[in-house]
Amino acid sequence: MDNKNNEILLEARDLCKYFPARDFFGRKKAEVKAVDHINLAIRKGETFGLVGESGCGKSTLGRTLIRMYDPTSGSILFKDQDITGLKGKQLLPVHKQMQIIFQDPYSSLDPHHNVREILKESLTAVSGLSTDEMDGRMEEILKKVGLKPDDMYKYAYEFSGGQRQRIGIARALLVEPEFLLCDEPISALDVSIQAQVVNLLEDLQKEMGLTYLFVAHDLSMVRHISTRIGVMYLGRLVEIADSDELYENPLHPYTKALLSAIPLADPRLAAQSKRVMLSGELPSPMNVPAGCHFHTRCMYAREECKNRIPEMMEVSPNHFVACPYAGENNS
Amino acid sequence: MEETLKKKDKILSAADIRTTFHTHGRTVQAVRGVSLYVESGEILAVVGESGSGKSVLMKSVMGLMPDNAEVKADELTFAGQDMLAMDPEQLRKMRGKEMAMIFQDPMTALNPLKTIGSHLMEVLKRHRGMDKEAARKEAVAVLNQVGIPSPEKRLGQYPHEFSGGMRQRVLIAMALCCRPKLLIADEPTTALDVTIQAQILDLLKSLQEETGMSIILITHDLGVVASLSHRIAVMYGGLLMEEGTTEEIFYSPKHPYTRALLHAVPKPRSGGKERLEPIPGMAPSLINPPSGCPFAERCKFACEDCRKEIPQFRTYSETQRALCIYSGEELDHKEGEVESHG
Repeated sequence: MDNKNNEILLEARDLCKYFPARDFFGRKKAEVKAVDHINLAIRKGETFGLVGESGCGKSTLGRTLIRMYDPTSGSILFKDQDITGLKGKQLLPVHKQMQIIFQDPYSSLDPHHNVREILKESLTAVSGLSTDEMDGRMEEILKKVGLKPDDMYKYAYEFSGGQRQRIGIARALLVEPEFLLCDEPISALDVSIQAQVVNLLEDLQKEMGLTYLFVAHDLSMVRHISTRIGVMYLGRLVEIADSDELYENPLHPYTKALLSAIPLADPRLAAQSKRVMLSGELPSPMNVPAGCHFHTRCMYAREECKNRIPEMMEVSPNHFVACPYAGENNS
Repeated sequence: MEETLKKKDKILSAADIRTTFHTHGRTVQAVRGVSLYVESGEILAVVGESGSGKSVLMKSVMGLMPDNAEVKADELTFAGQDMLAMDPEQLRKMRGKEMAMIFQDPMTALNPLKTIGSHLMEVLKRHRGMDKEAARKEAVAVLNQVGIPSPEKRLGQYPHEFSGGMRQRVLIAMALCCRPKLLIADEPTTALDVTIQAQILDLLKSLQEETGMSIILITHDLGVVASLSHRIAVMYGGLLMEEGTTEEIFYSPKHPYTRALLHAVPKPRSGGKERLEPIPGMAPSLINPPSGCPFAERCKFACEDCRKEIPQFRTYSETQRALCIYSGEELDHKEGEVESHG
């Protein structure tokens, strides 16, 4: 995986997605700032990993980027075209190029339809192919994801979790997208099956020149698959770097804590590693701290952190961090 | 049946546990003859994928199986008492008091209509015969022990006022109320975020050191056990495939399944960039399990004999044994052959 190709495929500029939290009578009582002023550029052909704990907004960011959700403000550019304001049918050509695979292979496939019907639905929506052509395309894609053409006439319950995830991947790739949002695609699978799906995703990326946004909380798998990684905390990106750089030289205090919490599958290494423990609980996303969102749990927090929102700064080439004191705290 | 490896200081010792479910006229053989032991003061990890029988095995020991399950064993001894000879009343008293269990999902294990305090005090009143005032004091002490800040205030709160990690701490506190000799933790951190998972694992470790109890940790994640367990038992297809110390399992695994499992996850040492080696195929059905080794279908070393009958254990050290017809050396040799041909 090289980074020679720096062409930007998908870009978020100052992107926000707020959800209203309503009380019993439907009155708006607060706002959940799931995605809060995010700037991000995903390069063609790369795998951008997005990590963070539950509730940090990583899935919302992914889904807003592919326009499953309407953004609250800011803009999204896909292949230099502004897709922020597109509505209804205008979105069809965009969605043809941006697809998603979901976390739960059990609930994301309609139990009343067989595989052929599931796949056909997405094809009919975007292409003018005849039934024969569609069948040909479906057979081809099933083979690509490691299933048999005969599997077309089976129902979802006849497949195991790993096979269902393959069907989900087939459905997403059927319309020949350029960009694929992988929303926790392996979290629900067994360890031995996770590797099958990750390898498949890597092969398909090479073969079809795909760009991935890989959202996950399994941090060792994210490092394995990603070219670059972004770390989110309470709706904001706190650090972006090439994946090896991020794991070897994390700068943001939150990234350090998050990475040191990864359980290492190597007892001797685990015994040597020092853990940065986070004190306290994740604040409620409805009532986030002012200033730097992380200051309530940060061991380096100073007075200024309570008031000033830290800017993303490039501290070394391609390594961005949203903490003005990141370099100083490195000891 | 077979002898377990070591006989000294065992808090729990089980031989040939077989658990079958009867559903819709079919029989599911979830556990097919597993022998294992837990030493006092150790943390044993039982590792396996979904359907390997790891949870059923432990629930069988705890007697938490539904009516349609049938549990048989040749031996089941806990703290010197023969559990097979006990009547249900004696068993009921022992379980919950001397052995306690915590579960994966801290969201559903607590009653939403009861305060945290009444959850804890109920256990203390019933099992330790405390009066209300003493139970309240003890509940505060236990919450303190599991690291819940301002426990007096927290006693009056309801489960929904607690985060996932805090609820898991409450469940651990409930299990600790009776000062059990054995704590069985069934995937205690699977539903939690990674930073919270680290906190809970640290808590379990320090509680074990503090109280000297034994812990059985059931998990699918080898990473979770690496820093925590003393010994590991690997299960697959309702059978114990390999057991050994944590060092033995990670650095000189003998069974092909254990080896494959370790290769299927990114390796932390090398930065984890090399291609993963998935295990092909999927786990066997336990409704009609294969007559031979359950892993044979997915094993790159499998031969005809593997499919005929379940192999015998090979013993490698005082603590390590594996259920494979090939020895670790033979497998190393075969591995070399496979690589030079491929």
